[in-house]
Amino acid sequence: MSDAYLKLDKLTLAYGDTVAVKDLDLTIRKGELVALLGPSGCGKTTTMRSIAGLLNPSSGRITLDGSDITRVSANKRNVGLVFQSYALFPHLTVYENVAFGLRLKGIGGKDLDGKVSAGIKSVGLAKFADRKPAELSGGQQQRVALVRSMVMEPKVLLLDEPLSNLDARLRLEMRAELQRVQKETGVTMIFVTHDQIEALALADRIVVMLNGGIEQVGTPEEIYNKPVSAFVADFVGFENVFALENGKLATSTTSVELSGPAPQAAKGLAWRPRMVNLGSGPYQGTVRGTSFAGNTREYLLDTPLGPIKAEVDAELPTHAIGSTLPFDLPLAAAAPLSRYR
Amino acid sequence: MTARILSPLVLGLLLIFLIGPFLIIIAASLSAGDTLAFPPQGLSLKWVAKVFTIDSFRESFAMSMFLAVFGTLTALVLGIPAAYALSRYKLPFGETVRTIVSLPIIVPGIIVGLALLRYLVVPFGFNITLALFMAHTALVLPYAVRVVSASLNNLRSDMEEAAVLLGSSRVGAFFRVVMPNIRGGILAAFILGFVTSFNQVPVSLFLSGPGVRTLPIDMLGYMETTYDPSIAALSSLLAFLSIGIVFLAERFLGFSRYV
Repeated sequence: MSDAYLKLDKLTLAYGDTVAVKDLDLTIRKGELVALLGPSGCGKTTTMRSIAGLLNPSSGRITLDGSDITRVSANKRNVGLVFQSYALFPHLTVYENVAFGLRLKGIGGKDLDGKVSAGIKSVGLAKFADRKPAELSGGQQQRVALVRSMVMEPKVLLLDEPLSNLDARLRLEMRAELQRVQKETGVTMIFVTHDQIEALALADRIVVMLNGGIEQVGTPEEIYNKPVSAFVADFVGFENVFALENGKLATSTTSVELSGPAPQAAKGLAWRPRMVNLGSGPYQGTVRGTSFAGNTREYLLDTPLGPIKAEVDAELPTHAIGSTLPFDLPLAAAAPLSRYR
Repeated sequence: MTARILSPLVLGLLLIFLIGPFLIIIAASLSAGDTLAFPPQGLSLKWVAKVFTIDSFRESFAMSMFLAVFGTLTALVLGIPAAYALSRYKLPFGETVRTIVSLPIIVPGIIVGLALLRYLVVPFGFNITLALFMAHTALVLPYAVRVVSASLNNLRSDMEEAAVLLGSSRVGAFFRVVMPNIRGGILAAFILGFVTSFNQVPVSLFLSGPGVRTLPIDMLGYMETTYDPSIAALSSLLAFLSIGIVFLAERFLGFSRYV
């Protein structure tokens, strides 16, 4: 890609015999807000730390803004990182925390004061400049950590689980804060999260990771609507995922004919509970459980294909537990998966 | 009911056991008589005054001070990096090193003293002051490593990484971010080490020579020839010195948090 700003090229990281990240290729454009999404142990944090220079790749290359930084030490990369624990310096005031990196750059006097004060003000902490981190709330500490990195004008800003330590209201605030910072400065941001909702809400592009590799890269819409693998499908809420073998839906014990021809080259099909039609169709299922969820009602059906989750409008008549009813997995709605496992 | 009577009783006995000897020494040092005795024969400060006139006490006090201050500082210079490495990195034989570093606490001082005398001073004609200095450094090292380790373990390592990403070198991050946050632990280690070194008898006993004596050894020697209350007076002065140091440390640093 011609407009590559940050490029990971066959990046591999191993600790002894355990390979945390394997042959990872990823290209990120300038000014993008990218989420590394995946369950714990998928390699997302390892990837982030190697971009920061805190981990040395076993092999592969990292290129940033046209130069190879694979062997450049962390303190010379100009990559910012907002730690999950914030990692503020407890012995320094908010002001001195923010000034820390600028002082090391040799910036002093009015220049320093201007940048630090403006930074602290931009996140609404001007009143707290002389406080120590321990005297601030978690949300305030995080904003200090954000400003501390941002005053350095980093080429890339990395954020480790930026929203996971905050309560629901602060999450919304912080999301807005991150979007504001990104819009105002145009900084390239990469954040690591295990929460698909955060990734979908915040990112321009999502990188879904599993077992040290990339499962899928795409916009939130693409990830949400067109998952390419069983793992991604399940991760974004397609709770009915089946392998496709010889044009039939297959489980480990049985297989069921489709109601029409299978999509070309698909290895699996996935449906959200919302997509399952209850009450008519070629398949039969027995209601095992049901639960009310406000606008909708959820059903768990025992079927020849195993358990199937369906979600229908709450106004529709309910089906009793134990009753057998027909249902359909409409082919047109299904997400075709190019990889199953 | 029994608890209400028993617990003050036990506590009282414990306090007498701990503080009693100290009070007896203070009382004995204020005696007006000529021999070390309790209860004191009359009251006077003359033995306290006499302590300051005895030349050998002045010299051995200077020696003890030198050993306590510089031995402890050396132990810290060696111990802080060791503690840092042990707490931050997964080292091969890390646990073994930790155990070996703690050995001087476990091995009786008399063995350490004899070993140093027999295998360093005697065969190599090692300078006795240097041997004493090395011995005291080694004795204090475990305290330096233990106490500083405790402080380091409470400090998250991502702070250093944050400093590095803000442009600091690894070494710079240690001095700018780690040191200021373990200062209390280092001071606590210094005070513990100082007191340990200053009160050390068994090792110093073997490593004394003409003109080279620590204060406790000098006091033992003095008592063998002269049985007057000046020895009690000196003991009291030293006790107050220790109390003063610990009090100041507690007052300004919250010393007890680190020990």
